[in-house]
Amino acid sequence: MRPFAYERAEEAAGAIATLTDGAPGAMYLGGGTNLVDLMKLGVAAPDLLVDVSHLPHDRVEQLPDGGLRIGAAVLNSTLAADRTVRERYPVLSQALLAGASGQLRNLATVGGNLLQRTRCAYFMDVSKPCNKRVPGSGCPAREGDHRNHAIIGHSEACVATHPSDMAVALVALGATVEVRGAAGARTIPLPGLHRLPGDAPERDTVLDPGDLITAVVLPPSAPGAVSRYRKIRDRASYAFAVVSIAALLELDEDGAVREARIAFGGLAHAPWRALVAEEELRGLPATAESFGRAADAELAQARPLRDNGFKVPLARNLTVRTLGELAAQAERRSGR
Amino acid sequence: MPTNDITLTVNGERHDLSLDTRTSLLDALRERLDLTGAKKGCDHGQCGACTVLLDGRRVNSCLVLAVAHDGAEITTIEGLAEPDGELHPLQTAFVEHDAFQCGYCTPGQICSAVGMLAEAAAGWPSVVTEDLVADATDPAALSDGEIRERMSGNLCRCGAYAHIVPAIADVAGRR
Repeated sequence: MRPFAYERAEEAAGAIATLTDGAPGAMYLGGGTNLVDLMKLGVAAPDLLVDVSHLPHDRVEQLPDGGLRIGAAVLNSTLAADRTVRERYPVLSQALLAGASGQLRNLATVGGNLLQRTRCAYFMDVSKPCNKRVPGSGCPAREGDHRNHAIIGHSEACVATHPSDMAVALVALGATVEVRGAAGARTIPLPGLHRLPGDAPERDTVLDPGDLITAVVLPPSAPGAVSRYRKIRDRASYAFAVVSIAALLELDEDGAVREARIAFGGLAHAPWRALVAEEELRGLPATAESFGRAADAELAQARPLRDNGFKVPLARNLTVRTLGELAAQAERRSGR
Repeated sequence: MPTNDITLTVNGERHDLSLDTRTSLLDALRERLDLTGAKKGCDHGQCGACTVLLDGRRVNSCLVLAVAHDGAEITTIEGLAEPDGELHPLQTAFVEHDAFQCGYCTPGQICSAVGMLAEAAAGWPSVVTEDLVADATDPAALSDGEIRERMSGNLCRCGAYAHIVPAIADVAGRR
Protein backbone atom coordinates (compact mmCIF):
# COMPACT_ATOMS: atom_id res chain seq x y z
CA MET A 1 0.00 0.00 0.00
CA ARG A 2 1.28 3.47 -0.84
CA PRO A 3 2.08 5.61 2.21
CA PHE A 4 -0.52 8.25 2.99
CA ALA A 5 -1.21 10.90 5.59
CA TYR A 6 -4.29 10.67 7.79
CA GLU A 7 -6.36 13.54 9.19
CA ARG A 8 -9.51 13.36 11.28
CA ALA A 9 -11.87 16.09 10.03
CA GLU A 10 -13.31 18.14 12.90
CA GLU A 11 -15.72 20.13 10.75
CA ALA A 12 -17.07 19.72 7.24
CA ALA A 13 -15.94 23.04 5.77
CA GLY A 14 -12.27 22.34 6.44
CA ALA A 15 -12.50 18.85 4.98
CA ILE A 16 -14.21 20.15 1.87
CA ALA A 17 -11.62 22.89 1.45
CA THR A 18 -8.81 20.35 1.75
CA LEU A 19 -10.22 18.13 -0.96
CA THR A 20 -11.27 20.99 -3.23
CA ASP A 21 -8.02 22.94 -3.24
CA GLY A 22 -4.63 21.62 -4.03
CA ALA A 23 -4.89 18.06 -2.77
CA PRO A 24 -5.64 15.98 -5.86
CA GLY A 25 -4.50 12.81 -4.11
CA ALA A 26 -6.79 13.32 -1.12
CA MET A 27 -9.87 11.20 -0.48
CA TYR A 28 -12.57 11.10 2.15
CA LEU A 29 -12.58 8.11 4.49
CA GLY A 30 -15.82 6.82 5.96
CA GLY A 31 -15.97 3.30 7.41
CA GLY A 32 -13.26 2.20 5.00
CA THR A 33 -14.76 -1.20 4.19
CA ASN A 34 -14.42 -0.60 0.45
CA LEU A 35 -11.71 2.08 0.29
CA VAL A 36 -9.19 0.29 2.54
CA ASP A 37 -9.71 -2.87 0.51
CA LEU A 38 -9.11 -0.96 -2.74
CA MET A 39 -5.96 0.59 -1.22
CA LYS A 40 -4.64 -2.88 -0.36
CA LEU A 41 -5.28 -3.92 -3.95
CA GLY A 42 -3.60 -0.82 -5.36
CA VAL A 43 -6.81 0.25 -7.09
CA ALA A 44 -6.96 3.35 -4.88
CA ALA A 45 -3.74 5.11 -3.88
CA PRO A 46 -4.58 8.33 -2.04
CA ASP A 47 -1.77 10.33 -0.46
CA LEU A 48 -4.09 11.88 2.12
CA LEU A 49 -7.16 10.43 3.83
CA VAL A 50 -9.53 12.93 5.41
CA ASP A 51 -11.65 10.95 7.88
CA VAL A 52 -15.22 12.29 7.78
CA SER A 53 -16.73 9.53 9.90
CA HIS A 54 -16.48 11.63 13.08
CA LEU A 55 -18.33 14.66 11.68
CA PRO A 56 -21.69 15.34 13.36
CA HIS A 57 -23.59 13.63 10.53
CA ASP A 58 -24.43 10.65 12.69
CA ARG A 59 -28.09 11.17 13.50
CA VAL A 60 -31.42 9.98 12.11
CA GLU A 61 -33.87 12.88 12.47
CA GLN A 62 -37.62 13.09 12.01
CA LEU A 63 -38.53 16.00 9.73
CA PRO A 64 -41.58 18.26 10.23
CA ASP A 65 -43.12 17.02 6.95
CA GLY A 66 -43.01 13.41 8.14
CA GLY A 67 -39.83 12.55 6.27
CA LEU A 68 -36.53 11.41 7.67
CA ARG A 69 -33.03 12.89 7.43
CA ILE A 70 -30.27 10.30 7.73
CA GLY A 71 -26.78 11.60 8.43
CA ALA A 72 -24.11 10.38 6.03
CA ALA A 73 -22.00 8.99 8.88
CA VAL A 74 -24.81 6.82 10.28
CA LEU A 75 -23.68 3.21 10.26
CA ASN A 76 -25.50 0.76 8.02
CA SER A 77 -26.29 -1.48 11.00
CA THR A 78 -27.69 1.42 13.04
CA LEU A 79 -29.92 2.52 10.18
CA ALA A 80 -31.20 -1.01 9.47
CA ALA A 81 -32.25 -1.36 13.11
CA ASP A 82 -33.74 2.13 13.39
CA ARG A 83 -37.29 1.90 14.70
CA THR A 84 -38.74 4.46 12.29
CA VAL A 85 -37.03 2.92 9.27
CA ARG A 86 -38.31 -0.54 10.16
CA GLU A 87 -41.86 0.74 10.61
CA ARG A 88 -42.18 3.23 7.76
CA TYR A 89 -39.48 2.26 5.25
CA PRO A 90 -39.11 -1.52 5.59
CA VAL A 91 -37.66 -1.74 2.07
CA LEU A 92 -34.65 0.26 3.27
CA SER A 93 -34.10 -1.84 6.38
CA GLN A 94 -34.33 -5.04 4.30
CA ALA A 95 -31.94 -3.73 1.64
CA LEU A 96 -29.35 -2.79 4.27
CA LEU A 97 -29.68 -6.16 5.98
CA ALA A 98 -29.32 -7.93 2.63
CA GLY A 99 -25.93 -6.29 2.10
CA ALA A 100 -22.49 -7.44 3.27
CA SER A 101 -22.14 -9.05 6.72
CA GLY A 102 -22.90 -8.07 10.30
CA GLN A 103 -19.27 -7.02 10.80
CA LEU A 104 -19.14 -4.87 7.65
CA ARG A 105 -22.48 -3.19 8.38
CA ASN A 106 -21.02 -2.15 11.75
CA LEU A 107 -18.31 -0.17 9.94
CA ALA A 108 -19.94 0.99 6.70
CA THR A 109 -21.54 4.44 6.58
CA VAL A 110 -24.52 5.64 4.56
CA GLY A 111 -22.37 8.06 2.53
CA GLY A 112 -19.74 5.43 1.89
CA ASN A 113 -22.33 2.86 0.87
CA LEU A 114 -23.57 5.22 -1.86
CA LEU A 115 -20.02 5.83 -3.09
CA GLN A 116 -18.70 2.26 -3.04
CA ARG A 117 -17.09 1.11 -6.27
CA THR A 118 -18.07 -1.76 -8.52
CA ARG A 119 -16.81 -5.24 -7.64
CA CYS A 120 -16.05 -6.06 -11.32
CA ALA A 121 -13.07 -8.44 -11.12
CA TYR A 122 -11.17 -6.51 -13.81
CA PHE A 123 -11.64 -3.21 -11.98
CA MET A 124 -10.29 -4.83 -8.79
CA ASP A 125 -7.21 -6.32 -10.53
CA VAL A 126 -4.52 -3.76 -11.37
CA SER A 127 -2.80 -6.20 -13.73
CA LYS A 128 -5.81 -6.02 -16.09
CA PRO A 129 -7.04 -3.23 -18.34
CA CYS A 130 -10.14 -1.39 -17.12
CA ASN A 131 -11.64 1.81 -18.49
CA LYS A 132 -13.05 2.68 -15.09
CA ARG A 133 -9.67 2.40 -13.35
CA VAL A 134 -7.43 3.52 -16.24
CA PRO A 135 -9.51 5.43 -18.82
CA GLY A 136 -8.84 4.24 -22.35
CA SER A 137 -7.17 0.97 -21.33
CA GLY A 138 -10.05 -1.24 -22.49
CA CYS A 139 -12.74 -3.45 -21.02
CA PRO A 140 -11.94 -7.16 -20.77
CA ALA A 141 -15.31 -7.85 -19.19
CA ARG A 142 -17.16 -7.22 -22.43
CA GLU A 143 -15.72 -10.44 -23.92
CA GLY A 144 -14.52 -12.03 -20.68
CA ASP A 145 -16.11 -12.89 -17.35
CA HIS A 146 -19.33 -10.90 -17.33
CA ARG A 147 -21.92 -13.28 -15.98
CA ASN A 148 -22.70 -10.84 -13.19
CA HIS A 149 -22.39 -7.64 -15.21
CA ALA A 150 -24.89 -5.15 -16.60
CA ILE A 151 -27.68 -5.92 -19.04
CA ILE A 152 -29.08 -2.44 -19.32
CA GLY A 153 -27.66 1.06 -19.74
CA HIS A 154 -24.10 -0.18 -20.34
CA SER A 155 -21.66 1.17 -22.91
CA GLU A 156 -18.81 0.01 -25.11
CA ALA A 157 -16.47 1.35 -22.44
CA CYS A 158 -17.96 -0.33 -19.36
CA VAL A 159 -20.39 -3.08 -18.42
CA ALA A 160 -19.94 -2.92 -14.63
CA THR A 161 -22.80 -2.87 -12.13
CA HIS A 162 -23.29 -0.76 -9.03
CA PRO A 163 -22.99 -3.05 -6.00
CA SER A 164 -25.10 -1.27 -3.36
CA ASP A 165 -28.33 -2.76 -2.05
CA MET A 166 -29.14 0.31 0.05
CA ALA A 167 -28.99 2.64 -2.95
CA VAL A 168 -31.58 0.55 -4.80
CA ALA A 169 -34.03 1.01 -1.94
CA LEU A 170 -33.26 4.72 -1.73
CA VAL A 171 -34.01 5.12 -5.45
CA ALA A 172 -37.37 3.36 -5.09
CA LEU A 173 -38.17 5.55 -2.07
CA GLY A 174 -37.44 8.74 -4.02
CA ALA A 175 -34.72 9.83 -1.59
CA THR A 176 -32.66 12.99 -1.98
CA VAL A 177 -28.94 13.24 -1.28
CA GLU A 178 -27.64 16.35 0.48
CA VAL A 179 -24.20 17.41 -0.69
CA ARG A 180 -21.84 20.15 0.42
CA GLY A 181 -19.10 21.35 -1.89
CA ALA A 182 -16.90 24.31 -2.60
CA ALA A 183 -19.89 26.24 -3.98
CA GLY A 184 -22.11 25.50 -0.97
CA ALA A 185 -24.88 23.01 -0.30
CA ARG A 186 -27.12 21.37 -2.87
CA THR A 187 -29.49 18.44 -3.15
CA ILE A 188 -29.48 15.63 -5.68
CA PRO A 189 -32.72 13.67 -6.09
CA LEU A 190 -32.05 9.97 -6.69
CA PRO A 191 -31.40 8.29 -9.03
CA GLY A 192 -29.49 11.39 -10.16
CA LEU A 193 -26.37 10.70 -8.09
CA HIS A 194 -25.07 7.71 -10.02
CA ARG A 195 -24.15 7.95 -13.71
CA LEU A 196 -24.47 5.50 -16.52
CA PRO A 197 -20.98 4.76 -17.87
CA GLY A 198 -21.18 6.26 -21.36
CA ASP A 199 -17.68 7.15 -22.49
CA ALA A 200 -16.55 8.21 -18.99
CA PRO A 201 -16.90 5.12 -16.78
CA GLU A 202 -14.21 6.47 -14.46
CA ARG A 203 -16.91 8.73 -13.08
CA ASP A 204 -19.37 6.71 -10.97
CA THR A 205 -21.35 9.75 -9.84
CA VAL A 206 -22.08 13.37 -10.71
CA LEU A 207 -20.10 14.60 -7.67
CA ASP A 208 -17.23 17.06 -8.19
CA PRO A 209 -13.90 16.94 -6.35
CA GLY A 210 -14.43 17.99 -2.74
CA ASP A 211 -18.16 17.28 -2.74
CA LEU A 212 -19.15 15.68 0.56
CA ILE A 213 -22.39 13.77 1.06
CA THR A 214 -23.78 14.99 4.38
CA ALA A 215 -27.21 13.33 4.52
CA VAL A 216 -29.91 11.36 2.74
CA VAL A 217 -33.48 12.63 3.06
CA LEU A 218 -36.48 10.32 2.73
CA PRO A 219 -39.85 11.78 1.77
CA PRO A 220 -42.82 10.99 4.03
CA SER A 221 -43.96 7.41 3.55
CA ALA A 222 -47.33 6.99 1.82
CA PRO A 223 -49.68 5.53 4.46
CA GLY A 224 -51.27 3.08 2.01
CA ALA A 225 -48.06 1.85 0.41
CA VAL A 226 -46.32 -1.42 1.19
CA SER A 227 -42.69 -2.07 0.31
CA ARG A 228 -40.01 -4.72 0.30
CA TYR A 229 -36.55 -5.63 -0.98
CA ARG A 230 -35.78 -8.95 -2.61
CA LYS A 231 -32.30 -10.07 -3.59
CA ILE A 232 -31.20 -12.99 -5.73
CA ARG A 233 -27.62 -14.07 -5.16
CA ASP A 234 -25.40 -17.07 -5.76
CA ARG A 235 -25.37 -18.11 -2.11
CA ALA A 236 -27.91 -17.66 0.67
CA SER A 237 -26.12 -14.76 2.35
CA TYR A 238 -23.12 -12.44 2.16
CA ALA A 239 -22.91 -12.04 -1.62
CA PHE A 240 -23.60 -9.25 -4.06
CA ALA A 241 -26.87 -9.26 -5.95
CA VAL A 242 -27.21 -11.09 -9.24
CA VAL A 243 -30.52 -9.24 -9.51
CA SER A 244 -32.36 -7.37 -6.78
CA ILE A 245 -35.54 -5.34 -6.58
CA ALA A 246 -36.84 -2.63 -4.30
CA ALA A 247 -40.56 -2.12 -4.77
CA LEU A 248 -43.32 0.01 -3.27
CA LEU A 249 -46.93 -0.67 -4.15
CA GLU A 250 -50.12 1.20 -3.43
CA LEU A 251 -53.50 -0.15 -4.55
CA ASP A 252 -56.77 1.78 -4.99
CA GLU A 253 -60.18 0.84 -3.58
CA ASP A 254 -60.80 -1.58 -6.46
CA GLY A 255 -57.53 -3.42 -5.97
CA ALA A 256 -55.92 -1.82 -9.02
CA VAL A 257 -52.45 -0.28 -8.94
CA ARG A 258 -52.57 3.35 -7.83
CA GLU A 259 -48.82 3.69 -7.79
CA ALA A 260 -45.85 1.38 -8.08
CA ARG A 261 -42.24 2.40 -7.58
CA ILE A 262 -39.63 -0.08 -8.69
CA ALA A 263 -35.82 -0.08 -8.76
CA PHE A 264 -33.45 -2.87 -9.73
CA GLY A 265 -29.96 -3.71 -8.50
CA GLY A 266 -27.46 -5.86 -10.37
CA LEU A 267 -28.67 -4.79 -13.79
CA ALA A 268 -26.84 -1.55 -14.48
CA HIS A 269 -23.98 0.84 -13.66
CA ALA A 270 -26.43 2.64 -11.36
CA PRO A 271 -29.50 1.56 -9.41
CA TRP A 272 -32.08 1.22 -12.18
CA ARG A 273 -35.40 3.00 -11.67
CA ALA A 274 -38.01 1.08 -13.69
CA LEU A 275 -40.02 4.06 -14.95
CA VAL A 276 -41.43 2.16 -17.93
CA ALA A 277 -42.79 -0.60 -15.72
CA GLU A 278 -44.19 1.91 -13.23
CA GLU A 279 -46.06 3.77 -15.97
CA GLU A 280 -47.32 0.53 -17.48
CA LEU A 281 -48.72 -0.63 -14.14
CA ARG A 282 -50.72 2.47 -13.28
CA GLY A 283 -54.41 1.53 -13.12
CA LEU A 284 -53.91 -2.13 -14.01
CA PRO A 285 -55.39 -4.87 -11.81
CA ALA A 286 -52.79 -6.12 -9.33
CA THR A 287 -52.33 -9.52 -10.94
CA ALA A 288 -49.35 -11.62 -11.97
CA GLU A 289 -50.28 -10.94 -15.60
CA SER A 290 -50.06 -7.16 -15.10
CA PHE A 291 -46.80 -7.44 -13.22
CA GLY A 292 -45.31 -9.64 -15.95
CA ARG A 293 -46.42 -7.25 -18.66
CA ALA A 294 -44.84 -4.30 -16.85
CA ALA A 295 -41.58 -6.18 -16.32
CA ASP A 296 -41.49 -7.16 -20.00
CA ALA A 297 -42.00 -3.53 -21.02
CA GLU A 298 -39.11 -2.41 -18.82
CA LEU A 299 -36.79 -5.21 -19.83
CA ALA A 300 -37.39 -4.65 -23.54
CA GLN A 301 -34.50 -2.18 -23.19
CA ALA A 302 -32.13 -4.89 -21.96
CA ARG A 303 -29.07 -5.68 -24.08
CA PRO A 304 -27.58 -8.72 -22.36
CA LEU A 305 -23.99 -9.77 -22.93
CA ARG A 306 -22.97 -13.27 -24.06
CA ASP A 307 -23.23 -14.88 -20.62
CA ASN A 308 -25.81 -12.89 -18.69
CA GLY A 309 -29.00 -13.18 -20.68
CA PHE A 310 -30.40 -15.21 -17.79
CA LYS A 311 -30.78 -11.96 -15.86
CA VAL A 312 -33.70 -10.93 -18.07
CA PRO A 313 -36.10 -13.72 -17.04
CA LEU A 314 -34.65 -13.61 -13.52
CA ALA A 315 -35.52 -9.92 -13.19
CA ARG A 316 -38.95 -10.55 -14.71
CA ASN A 317 -39.75 -13.40 -12.34
CA LEU A 318 -38.43 -11.46 -9.36
CA THR A 319 -40.69 -8.56 -10.29
CA VAL A 320 -43.78 -10.76 -10.61
CA ARG A 321 -43.08 -12.53 -7.34
CA THR A 322 -42.24 -9.41 -5.33
CA LEU A 323 -45.16 -7.34 -6.60
CA GLY A 324 -47.43 -10.33 -6.04
CA GLU A 325 -46.30 -10.55 -2.43
CA LEU A 326 -46.81 -6.82 -2.00
CA ALA A 327 -50.28 -6.96 -3.54
CA ALA A 328 -51.25 -9.73 -1.13
CA GLN A 329 -49.85 -7.71 1.75
CA ALA A 330 -51.77 -4.61 0.63
CA GLU A 331 -54.98 -6.64 0.34
CA ARG A 332 -54.51 -8.03 3.83
CA ARG A 333 -53.84 -4.60 5.20
CA SER A 334 -56.96 -3.13 3.61
CA GLY A 335 -59.01 -6.05 4.91
CA ARG A 336 -60.44 -6.93 1.52
CA MET B 1 6.54 7.18 6.12
CA PRO B 2 3.66 9.04 7.82
CA THR B 3 3.01 7.86 11.36
CA ASN B 4 0.34 8.86 13.86
CA ASP B 5 0.30 8.53 17.63
CA ILE B 6 -2.82 6.89 19.02
CA THR B 7 -4.12 5.24 22.16
CA LEU B 8 -6.02 1.98 22.11
CA THR B 9 -7.53 0.24 25.11
CA VAL B 10 -7.35 -3.46 24.37
CA ASN B 11 -8.96 -5.95 26.73
CA GLY B 12 -8.94 -3.26 29.40
CA GLU B 13 -5.27 -2.35 29.01
CA ARG B 14 -4.22 1.02 27.64
CA HIS B 15 -1.57 1.16 24.92
CA ASP B 16 0.09 4.23 23.45
CA LEU B 17 1.22 3.44 19.93
CA SER B 18 3.04 5.24 17.15
CA LEU B 19 1.82 3.62 13.97
CA ASP B 20 2.46 3.82 10.24
CA THR B 21 -0.87 5.14 8.97
CA ARG B 22 -1.24 2.01 6.80
CA THR B 23 -1.42 -0.31 9.82
CA SER B 24 -4.67 -2.21 10.06
CA LEU B 25 -6.15 -2.76 13.49
CA LEU B 26 -5.48 -6.47 12.93
CA ASP B 27 -1.76 -5.88 12.31
CA ALA B 28 -1.54 -3.51 15.28
CA LEU B 29 -3.02 -6.23 17.52
CA ARG B 30 -0.92 -9.05 16.14
CA GLU B 31 2.40 -7.42 15.32
CA ARG B 32 2.64 -4.65 17.92
CA LEU B 33 0.67 -5.99 20.88
CA ASP B 34 1.42 -9.70 20.36
CA LEU B 35 -2.28 -10.53 20.52
CA THR B 36 -2.30 -13.21 17.86
CA GLY B 37 -5.76 -14.60 18.62
CA ALA B 38 -7.44 -12.58 15.88
CA LYS B 39 -6.37 -14.27 12.64
CA LYS B 40 -5.43 -12.96 9.21
CA GLY B 41 -7.39 -15.04 6.73
CA CYS B 42 -8.26 -13.19 3.54
CA ASP B 43 -7.19 -9.69 4.74
CA HIS B 44 -10.06 -8.31 2.60
CA GLY B 45 -13.08 -8.47 4.90
CA GLN B 46 -14.46 -11.60 3.29
CA CYS B 47 -13.73 -14.36 5.82
CA GLY B 48 -14.31 -12.94 9.32
CA ALA B 49 -11.25 -14.61 10.91
CA CYS B 50 -10.05 -11.18 12.12
CA THR B 51 -13.31 -10.27 13.89
CA VAL B 52 -12.91 -8.29 17.13
CA LEU B 53 -15.21 -6.01 19.10
CA LEU B 54 -14.53 -2.30 18.43
CA ASP B 55 -16.31 -0.07 20.93
CA GLY B 56 -18.63 -3.01 21.54
CA ARG B 57 -19.47 -3.79 17.92
CA ARG B 58 -18.10 -6.72 15.95
CA VAL B 59 -15.96 -5.62 12.99
CA ASN B 60 -13.43 -6.99 10.51
CA SER B 61 -10.18 -5.66 12.02
CA CYS B 62 -8.33 -6.20 8.72
CA LEU B 63 -10.31 -3.38 7.07
CA VAL B 64 -9.99 -0.96 9.98
CA LEU B 65 -7.17 1.58 9.83
CA ALA B 66 -5.88 1.69 13.42
CA VAL B 67 -5.09 5.43 13.23
CA ALA B 68 -8.75 6.15 12.47
CA HIS B 69 -9.77 4.75 15.88
CA ASP B 70 -7.69 6.74 18.36
CA GLY B 71 -9.21 6.26 21.81
CA ALA B 72 -11.17 3.15 20.91
CA GLU B 73 -11.86 0.21 23.19
CA ILE B 74 -11.21 -3.18 21.69
CA THR B 75 -11.98 -6.66 22.91
CA THR B 76 -10.24 -9.62 21.30
CA ILE B 77 -10.59 -13.34 21.92
CA GLU B 78 -7.84 -13.00 24.57
CA GLY B 79 -10.08 -10.66 26.55
CA LEU B 80 -13.22 -12.78 26.74
CA ALA B 81 -12.29 -15.13 29.58
CA GLU B 82 -12.53 -14.03 33.21
CA PRO B 83 -9.28 -12.90 34.88
CA ASP B 84 -9.25 -16.18 36.84
CA GLY B 85 -9.19 -18.08 33.55
CA GLU B 86 -12.82 -19.12 33.49
CA LEU B 87 -13.81 -19.28 29.85
CA HIS B 88 -16.54 -17.15 28.28
CA PRO B 89 -19.72 -19.22 27.81
CA LEU B 90 -19.23 -19.16 24.03
CA GLN B 91 -15.69 -20.50 24.39
CA THR B 92 -17.00 -23.29 26.61
CA ALA B 93 -19.82 -24.05 24.19
CA PHE B 94 -17.43 -24.25 21.21
CA VAL B 95 -15.33 -26.78 23.15
CA GLU B 96 -18.33 -28.79 24.34
CA HIS B 97 -19.92 -28.88 20.89
CA ASP B 98 -16.65 -29.60 19.08
CA ALA B 99 -17.44 -26.54 16.97
CA PHE B 100 -14.14 -26.43 15.08
CA GLN B 101 -11.64 -28.58 13.31
CA CYS B 102 -8.45 -26.64 12.56
CA GLY B 103 -9.47 -23.75 14.80
CA TYR B 104 -8.20 -20.95 12.56
CA CYS B 105 -11.60 -19.28 12.18
CA THR B 106 -12.62 -19.93 15.78
CA PRO B 107 -11.48 -16.70 17.51
CA GLY B 108 -13.33 -14.72 14.83
CA GLN B 109 -16.38 -16.97 15.09
CA ILE B 110 -16.54 -16.51 18.85
CA CYS B 111 -15.99 -12.74 18.84
CA SER B 112 -18.57 -12.44 16.07
CA ALA B 113 -21.06 -14.53 18.07
CA VAL B 114 -20.54 -12.30 21.13
CA GLY B 115 -21.36 -9.24 19.01
CA MET B 116 -24.21 -10.99 17.23
CA LEU B 117 -25.97 -12.05 20.44
CA ALA B 118 -25.69 -8.47 21.73
CA GLU B 119 -27.26 -7.23 18.49
CA ALA B 120 -30.12 -9.70 18.87
CA ALA B 121 -30.60 -8.67 22.50
CA ALA B 122 -30.82 -5.05 21.32
CA GLY B 123 -33.70 -6.08 19.05
CA TRP B 124 -31.87 -5.82 15.74
CA PRO B 125 -33.60 -7.74 12.93
CA SER B 126 -31.83 -9.70 10.19
CA VAL B 127 -32.78 -10.10 6.56
CA VAL B 128 -34.54 -13.39 7.38
CA THR B 129 -36.56 -11.89 10.23
CA GLU B 130 -40.23 -12.26 9.31
CA ASP B 131 -41.56 -9.30 11.24
CA LEU B 132 -39.23 -6.32 11.01
CA VAL B 133 -41.30 -4.25 13.40
CA ALA B 134 -41.50 -6.66 16.31
CA ASP B 135 -38.34 -6.60 18.38
CA ALA B 136 -36.40 -9.84 18.40
CA THR B 137 -35.32 -9.02 21.94
CA ASP B 138 -34.88 -12.61 22.99
CA PRO B 139 -31.70 -14.19 21.64
CA ALA B 140 -33.10 -17.51 22.82
CA ALA B 141 -35.75 -17.19 20.12
CA LEU B 142 -33.19 -17.13 17.31
CA SER B 143 -33.84 -19.98 14.89
CA ASP B 144 -30.99 -21.87 13.26
CA GLY B 145 -31.76 -19.89 10.11
CA GLU B 146 -31.39 -16.62 12.00
CA ILE B 147 -28.08 -17.72 13.51
CA ARG B 148 -26.75 -18.81 10.12
CA GLU B 149 -27.75 -15.53 8.48
CA ARG B 150 -26.36 -13.38 11.28
CA MET B 151 -23.09 -15.35 11.31
CA SER B 152 -22.65 -15.38 7.51
CA GLY B 153 -19.67 -13.03 7.74
CA ASN B 154 -17.61 -15.83 9.30
CA LEU B 155 -16.43 -18.58 6.99
CA CYS B 156 -15.19 -21.98 8.18
CA ARG B 157 -13.23 -23.86 5.55
CA CYS B 158 -13.39 -27.04 7.63
CA GLY B 159 -17.15 -26.80 7.42
CA ALA B 160 -17.77 -26.98 11.16
CA TYR B 161 -21.01 -25.04 10.79
CA ALA B 162 -23.07 -28.05 11.85
CA HIS B 163 -21.55 -27.71 15.34
CA ILE B 164 -21.02 -23.94 15.38
CA VAL B 165 -24.75 -23.22 15.07
CA PRO B 166 -25.75 -25.45 18.04
CA ALA B 167 -22.88 -24.04 20.13
CA ILE B 168 -24.18 -20.52 19.61
CA ALA B 169 -27.81 -21.59 20.08
CA ASP B 170 -26.78 -23.21 23.36
CA VAL B 171 -25.41 -19.94 24.70
CA ALA B 172 -28.34 -17.98 23.31
CA GLY B 173 -30.44 -20.05 25.69
CA ARG B 174 -32.02 -22.56 23.36
CA ARG B 175 -31.19 -26.26 23.32
